[in-house]
Amino acid sequence: MSISRRDLALGLMGLASAEELAAAWQHAHDAAAGGTKLEYLSAADASEIEALVSQIIPSDDTPGAKEAGAVYFIDRALASWDRGQREVYRAGLADLQQRRRAAFPLSASIAGLASEQAVALLQGIETTPFFEALRTHTILGFSGPPSYGGNRGKVGWTHIGVEDKMIFEPPFGYYDAEGTR
Amino acid sequence: MKYRPSEVVDFVVVGAGAAGGVVAKELSAAGFRVVVLEQGPYLREKDFTHDEIHYVRHQGLTNDQKQQPVTFRRSENEPAVNFKAIAYGRQVGGGTVHFAANYWRFHESDFVERSSWGAIPGTAFADWPLRYADLEPHYAKAERDMGVSGLAGANPFDSPRSGPYPLPPMPVKSSGVLFDRGARKLGLHPYPAPVAILSQPYHGRGACTHCGYCQWFGCEMRAKSSTLATVIPMAEKTGRCEVRPNSYARRIQMARDGRVTGVVYFDARRREVLQRAKAVVVCANGVETPRLLLMSKTNRFPHGLANSSGMLGKCLMWDNSAGVQCVFEHPLNDYKGIRATRVLQDYYDCDPKRGFYGGGAMDARFGSFPASFGLGGLPPDVPRWGAEFKKALAWYFPRTMMIVGHSPSLPMERNNVTLDPAVKDAWGLPAARITFDYHADDVKCAKWLWQKQIEILEAAGAKKVWGKLNEKPGMSVHLMGTCRMGHDARTSVVNAFSQSHDVKNLFLVDGSNFVTSARQQPTATIQALAYRASGYMIEAARRGEL
Ligand SMILES: Cc1cc2nc3c(=O)[nH]c(=O)nc-3n(C[C@H](O)[C@H](O)[C@H](O)COP(=O)(O)OP(=O)(O)OC[C@H]3O[C@@H](n4cnc5c(N)ncnc54)[C@H](O)[C@@H]3O)c2cc1C
Repeated sequence: MSISRRDLALGLMGLASAEELAAAWQHAHDAAAGGTKLEYLSAADASEIEALVSQIIPSDDTPGAKEAGAVYFIDRALASWDRGQREVYRAGLADLQQRRRAAFPLSASIAGLASEQAVALLQGIETTPFFEALRTHTILGFSGPPSYGGNRGKVGWTHIGVEDKMIFEPPFGYYDAEGTR
Repeated sequence: MKYRPSEVVDFVVVGAGAAGGVVAKELSAAGFRVVVLEQGPYLREKDFTHDEIHYVRHQGLTNDQKQQPVTFRRSENEPAVNFKAIAYGRQVGGGTVHFAANYWRFHESDFVERSSWGAIPGTAFADWPLRYADLEPHYAKAERDMGVSGLAGANPFDSPRSGPYPLPPMPVKSSGVLFDRGARKLGLHPYPAPVAILSQPYHGRGACTHCGYCQWFGCEMRAKSSTLATVIPMAEKTGRCEVRPNSYARRIQMARDGRVTGVVYFDARRREVLQRAKAVVVCANGVETPRLLLMSKTNRFPHGLANSSGMLGKCLMWDNSAGVQCVFEHPLNDYKGIRATRVLQDYYDCDPKRGFYGGGAMDARFGSFPASFGLGGLPPDVPRWGAEFKKALAWYFPRTMMIVGHSPSLPMERNNVTLDPAVKDAWGLPAARITFDYHADDVKCAKWLWQKQIEILEAAGAKKVWGKLNEKPGMSVHLMGTCRMGHDARTSVVNAFSQSHDVKNLFLVDGSNFVTSARQQPTATIQALAYRASGYMIEAARRGEL
């Protein structure tokens, strides 16, 4: 469930418009299996937020916040149990777009920025409530319970070595064997 | 069993927690008719899941700050603010549903610390009106009824036991092994943690499957020995005990003759109902018990029911505990298995050479569940986001463990529970207002113990050690001391059997009875006190005194 190479390339070059990117993003996600409908966020905002969470827990040789579906987690949180954070997101995102336009006047969207540019943008807001909300939600959406729409395929748990089981048998860890009793 | 509220039952018990469950079982097994009013829901094992957001982040099994706000201030000179300063289990089973299940007896020394240490100015430091020997049979009974796993004789500092634990200890985890390693190098005496969790099948319940979701969670396997899984079903089986959930007590009813006659509560539809009874037992915990009594003031008791001493709500003691985290070279996978598998009590007793009152105990345990770990479990030198953060998550999570140090909180009248004059809960009742700050010795002791925790981890070969020691009170989950027991009706609220000095058919049985805080982990002692008080109630009722 990734945006096509072409969409990405366009985005990175800043050539695609925010709307186009959002449409491509929505398309790519709809094609993926299950649970990709947005309940609260617009597709455009979701695309921007996904670009941000992807900097907080990036995708490299292993899945990151994006593959975990953190943006769906955020969408559902804002639609239900964390409605109180809506304004933080709205104001925070608006402020961030302003900062983006000031810093990268040629860019059309956050999703269209190069990775270093997005990182620089986030570094500028690290102490804001918006960043705190984003970071918290990204982590919850990465390694929290999959029933909230994130941690898809349990990638967040796999990343930290957690097996999702009700029954374990000792030895649990490397040092158990050293135990005398 | 169902009773009509208008029916005068023998006992009405408020609160179905650690103590309430025991009292309900003991009284009903002795032939008395009992109604238990519990404000929270009646959850079953099938209701529990491993949802970290609901159970840990939102503390879903505890008091809800939105519905029942708590306010907090550090001294009476400050305005109280809306802050969840205390957390307790709010369902049938109370705090035993989601506790970590560390089940420690207090020591002989705990009951006589005032005599051995001397007075501490500015505090209400006192001996208990009973001794360890008075409680020993009740500790033993509690361990048998609940099902506690442990190894008798393994802790050289334990006070005498009349017998072994009913179940062998739980298997040790890597955190326990490493703790053993470090502690033994320093000549200390770690031992298998006594826990209210089944290491083997017991009384029709299955053994623990080591899923790891103990603290903040309810156990789907009924392997955690909560009162929900143990004594409450036993009480119901007698056919004489009704557990009535979603029933929020708002006032204890008192007659002109100075005896209590029942409890007024809000039912699930928020209608006020009076349950009549010959005697009332309040087991609502160290904050809610004094609150209910303060809300039940009468002309005779204008400062709160059963408060002729003026001590009701005072001497609240805090859960003084601090964790040090560390990382080792290889994976511990400490998320598997119960929270803590090793304890150490070498530093338990006071020692004047230290220059402050107090001693400490510690346990080796798992730190945080996956998402909580990502939010706050990493050392401070690791970036908070980005590629390095992601890498650190994977490396640290399986290799991290912690030692939690447990130290005392001195009883002081200035630390207390009162009714907030302004803030109301969703039922229109005054919020509990908590006033609390540490005694200087509380902080000194915690800091000293903290160094000992670090020494052990370093001796064990930890690659990095980190943590934060709070000098300001955060949230307390051990609620002790607000209806203290004592022989003298002028300085205590209940006698040594948890009976109100002022009102003979009123008993207050829970963490509120504590005179001192020992080294925390209060639940075993709360339940031992509940068995002892129940025995006394049964005798008194049979003699027709209630
Ligand atoms: C996360 C966590 C971990 C813990 N781990 C440990 C541990 O490892 N070892 C240990 O010893 N202790 C532990 N504790 C503490 C332990 O839970 C408490 O010490 C214990 O449950 C207190 O027992 P109690 O009988 O005093 O009150 P509770 O167990 O709190 O029971 C009181 C009951 O009364 C009900 N109630 C209150 N007011 C009213 C009212 N007005 N009307 C009707 N019902 C009412 C409450 O809903 C509750 O069910 C832990 C606590 C927490 C929060």
